[in-house]
Amino acid sequence: MSQLLTRAPASGGLPAPVPTGPVRLHINGETQTLQLAPWTSLLDALREYAHLTGTKKGCDHGQCGACTVLVNGRRINSCLTLAVMHEDDDITTIEGLGTPDNLSPLQQAFVDHDAFQCGYCTPGQICSAQGLLNEGRAHSEAEIKELMSGNLCRCGAYVGILDAVSEVANSQGEMVK
Amino acid sequence: MYPFTYSRATDVADAVRDKAGHDGSAYVGGGTNLIDLMKMNVEQPAHLVNVAKLPLAKIEDLPNGGLRLGATATNSDTAWNEQVKARYPLLNQAILAGASPQLRNAATNGGNLMQRTRCYYFYDLATPCNKREPGSGCSAIGGFNRIHAILGASEACIATHPSDMCVALAALAPTVRVSGPQGERSIAFEDFHRLPGDHPEFDNTLAEGELITSLDLPEKGFAKHFAYLKLRDRHSYAFALVSVAVGLEMDGDTITDARLALGGVAHKPWRDHSAEALLKGQHATAETFGRVAAHVVANAVGQGSNDFKIELARRAIVRALKQAAEGKQEAGDVYLGGQ
Repeated sequence: MSQLLTRAPASGGLPAPVPTGPVRLHINGETQTLQLAPWTSLLDALREYAHLTGTKKGCDHGQCGACTVLVNGRRINSCLTLAVMHEDDDITTIEGLGTPDNLSPLQQAFVDHDAFQCGYCTPGQICSAQGLLNEGRAHSEAEIKELMSGNLCRCGAYVGILDAVSEVANSQGEMVK
Repeated sequence: MYPFTYSRATDVADAVRDKAGHDGSAYVGGGTNLIDLMKMNVEQPAHLVNVAKLPLAKIEDLPNGGLRLGATATNSDTAWNEQVKARYPLLNQAILAGASPQLRNAATNGGNLMQRTRCYYFYDLATPCNKREPGSGCSAIGGFNRIHAILGASEACIATHPSDMCVALAALAPTVRVSGPQGERSIAFEDFHRLPGDHPEFDNTLAEGELITSLDLPEKGFAKHFAYLKLRDRHSYAFALVSVAVGLEMDGDTITDARLALGGVAHKPWRDHSAEALLKGQHATAETFGRVAAHVVANAVGQGSNDFKIELARRAIVRALKQAAEGKQEAGDVYLGGQ
């Protein structure tokens, strides 16, 4: 799908191919050059072009947090940004945090605390929690709740999610109360 | 999404030139509102000029004692900036009351001013909307208008401005520095956003092609006596039904200076100078606060589903004034105000 078609030019004839271009992204420590149209969201670039389907498309409007990834260590909604805006940024997805044989502390804590039911929001929850730990502002359960409010879980696994994030924040010495 | 072209500006002059060279183009910063509107086909710029990586992200002292907030500094970096926390805690709390951490990490200060209403009908291409399509009518008047304006609305539009940050800014009164094809100029914050009148398609007073470069806060930050009170349908990550920003200066229990602005009630952040004048020189008592709150909503008009906002706003003003006078709210890493 490197070429999409637009409406035919006024002169008739074949539809003009829309301009795609090479976009260099650093994803999970690897540099990839993808051929993308300007309107490809970072989320679609990750899923459909880099074939990293761990990042999930929930609402696609920045309301659910399922698409959360880390850009230069900071969590953002990948659905509300264009891939072309992230040339040379360092992007980390759930696939870059750990592996099935070597889970990250948050991934392990989510398993230990049964912090999911259907699992669809989980990659976004974990990337968001990692972003929160990077920010260093998870000082209490009240703060974790407020600062994780950009990630919705329609199964309602919030109790387990809070336990999982609290445990890792505690183990890293962030919790003060 | 639909096809468009894209470029990344190297400096402010390049951005202004690039935008002027493309009909129907738009600047994009964090993109958290614009890209959403483009997905919905509410906005359809033919060309995007990325200004997010322009060197406008600094937050720095001004010679006059104020603080300059760069236009491309993110909302997160601004809220958590040590100078902002120490000198403008009202701004810290208002920013952290808005959106989610992910959105605040992407959204820029300039973009926060430029965000558009969340009126359901503005987003719904199947319905008339004077803001989206001038002259087509307003579906919110006589429709579902729970989130709509009670102050300063017109027969053409009853939309509200959605920002929390801008409510604090209305109280703090910075100047907005812009650069455009005609050069640079400064706009008083109060004059930046506009009421709908007959032209709700214009949210602000920017001229074609102008780009926000910074917000310059004056020295006075009301750091001791302030409150940001946000009331919404859920505890976090929701737009304000009503919000109140208050800044007071006190001599004992006498109010010597006051700022009062409301969010969620009008087409622009609603600063009320006459209410501020009523507060000055008065003792900080329940009677004073009640009188001022009644004054602010005296000319408020409900639209049916949002009638509750008039009483909600009145009570929220009383509570926010009391909180500010008591001086209990503090800057922090999260918004916990009003609890």
